[in-house]
Amino acid sequence: MAQYIIKRLLLLPFLLFIFSIIAFILIQAPPGDFVTSYIAELAASGSAVDQAQIDALREQYGLDQPMTVQYFKWMGNILQGDLGVSLDWKKPNNELIRERFALTLALGVFTFLITWSIAIPIGIYSATHQYSFLDYFFTVFNYFGVATPTFMTALVVMYLAFKYFGISVTGLFSPEYVDAPWSWDKFVDLLSHLWLPALILALDGTARLARVMRANLLDELKKPYMEMARAKGMSEWRLVMKYPVRLAFNPLVSTIGWYLPLLFSGSLIVATVLNLPTIGPLLLRALIVQDMFLAGAIILIYMFLAVIGTMISDILLAWLDPRIRMEGS
Amino acid sequence: MNNQQPLLSVRNLKTYFSLDEGQVKAVDGVSFDVNPGQVVGIVGESGCGKSVTIKSILRIIQKPGKIVDGQILFRHNGDSMLDLTQLNAQSEQMRQIRGAEIALIPQEPMAAFSPVHTIGNQIEEAILLHQPVSKQQARKIAIERLREVGVPSPERRIDSYSWELSGGLRQRAMIAMALSCNPKLLIADEPTTAIDVTTQAQVLNLLRDLQAQHDAAIIFITHDLGVIAQIADFVVVMYLGRVMETGPVDDIFHNPQHPYTKALLKSIPTVTSESGSRLPTIEGAIPHPFNRPAGCPFYPRCIEMMPGTCNTSTPSLQPVTDTQSASCFLYHKQTDDE
Ligand SMILES: Nc1ncnc2c1ncn2[C@@H]1O[C@H](COP(=O)(O)OP(=O)(O)O)[C@@H](O)[C@H]1O
Ligand code: SF4
Ligand SMILES: [Mg+2]
Repeated sequence: MAQYIIKRLLLLPFLLFIFSIIAFILIQAPPGDFVTSYIAELAASGSAVDQAQIDALREQYGLDQPMTVQYFKWMGNILQGDLGVSLDWKKPNNELIRERFALTLALGVFTFLITWSIAIPIGIYSATHQYSFLDYFFTVFNYFGVATPTFMTALVVMYLAFKYFGISVTGLFSPEYVDAPWSWDKFVDLLSHLWLPALILALDGTARLARVMRANLLDELKKPYMEMARAKGMSEWRLVMKYPVRLAFNPLVSTIGWYLPLLFSGSLIVATVLNLPTIGPLLLRALIVQDMFLAGAIILIYMFLAVIGTMISDILLAWLDPRIRMEGS
Repeated sequence: MNNQQPLLSVRNLKTYFSLDEGQVKAVDGVSFDVNPGQVVGIVGESGCGKSVTIKSILRIIQKPGKIVDGQILFRHNGDSMLDLTQLNAQSEQMRQIRGAEIALIPQEPMAAFSPVHTIGNQIEEAILLHQPVSKQQARKIAIERLREVGVPSPERRIDSYSWELSGGLRQRAMIAMALSCNPKLLIADEPTTAIDVTTQAQVLNLLRDLQAQHDAAIIFITHDLGVIAQIADFVVVMYLGRVMETGPVDDIFHNPQHPYTKALLKSIPTVTSESGSRLPTIEGAIPHPFNRPAGCPFYPRCIEMMPGTCNTSTPSLQPVTDTQSASCFLYHKQTDDE
């Protein structure tokens, strides 16, 4: 097992290297280098152009040097924890991303927990009570869940909340906490806002996951080991939980990996509709205004998450399934 | 045939599956007895209802299957006969019988073990379900059982997964699990079909030895007449969900009464105990389960079929010699029609 994990970890720097090149190419895609655009912007807004500062920037990013040098300078800065500056916001990218990243992660974890804690029991119930009334009910519910775009759900919920309760459900904080420094009260305020977008975001995934769990479990319930466990005198409930549910989990675990980045990009429209201060809208705007260092930094983080997510999946899967563990070592 | 009280007496068992396309009468009036310490071989072509019969006995038939008639009398705790069809399949009492008093050795040990649990985990589970012992004790018992069935270095093998073992070892591990609670009745459902011929012979010998040591009765299911000749004391010949003939193994092989048994025997080259002689093919096709003939199920393929009799009513199983019974109008007029 340890060997398997080490193998995976060794692959990590290599993958990140490839992804960083892709992100870098993306940054370079718009014409002109960013300092030129920066000067143009400063000039357009009537601010004074500080030649010393510009020279420092050129030097820092190696803009008058070949691409490879520029790449290594950029990477060097990132490895030291500096993601560059945003032309659009005129702020360090670190500052822009940090809080939004944390909020996105909080929203993601919440959504994930809601999705799994609702979908798995529904999937188990539906499979073990196939063609029962509730199974049909959940099937219909799941179809709606999958078929309804999440942003539609968000709009409907916003409308209903406003019309019947007179409350606005946008944002993640009450107005008085938006710019307040972090405190216990702000945290509680966040939790009181977070559950609704999480629920809306979870709807789609829940429907999907419940369907997959039902299908996986139905497959497992037909396996001969079920008959054997029954013949041993196990009670039906215990044996279902111990064998088929356990085995039906394996394929699901491998989906956790791409869940992380998917949630970031998947929540984009909902985050925009609900005006959530998460990373999705930030990336969207950065791309629209060609704020390439910000976009590049965010994309690099996405890719990093994708790699980490896949790795978590692989390790979980190896932990759950001895056949994979053996193969890997 | 015997003057003992049987351990198990299956009487007129009927297990049907209700499908959208119609009713499959998988087992349609099966009767036979198993005496203590006896090895009863059930033989018949694939699809004739052997597995459904034993699943009915264990009460693990799943929907849409259902026992619709008959009795399964089992000598419970050594005295009174208990009708298993009257118990709730999920009841505590039935679960205490399954695994503890009647144990199963399945056809495909590979698929019958969970691939993500060690064989030790699964054997210990069987022990813990039925015996008041601690986990450590259960593990000790499991190791002992593995040793008993000839698994080398069982202390190490107990932590293996089923897919790490060879086919023969896997089946031995299954047998160890079945034996773990000292059952009075072992049911082996084609236990040697998934393994090669040499290993097959070893497993058969092992079962024979264990049966003698533990004084357990065995119901041995197979479609292989050679295997039946090697292991069984008493034979039940099934065809299309019904029993065609029963009798001691020597009489069945040397003095068959029923036309189906005769046809079976005639189509194997040697009636020696050569294993591997698959159940031979008989002229004509087995009718489709939805399309069962009225009358004697064998009449479309029977060379002695009597028109007007065999195709209108169904013969019941009746004694035809001192030791054998057969359901055939050549010997008696008793029918099975209500
Ligand atoms: N779960 C099921 N659903 C429908 N029909 C079944 C089911 N299980 C068995 N049968 C039918 O019962 C008959 C006997 O099957 P089985 O007892 O498995 O035969 P075998 O003698 O080969 O063990 C077959 O015709 C089969 O189609
Ligand atoms: S009852 Fe008739 S058809 Fe059936 S086996 Fe006997 S002779 Fe053949
Ligand atoms: Mg079978």
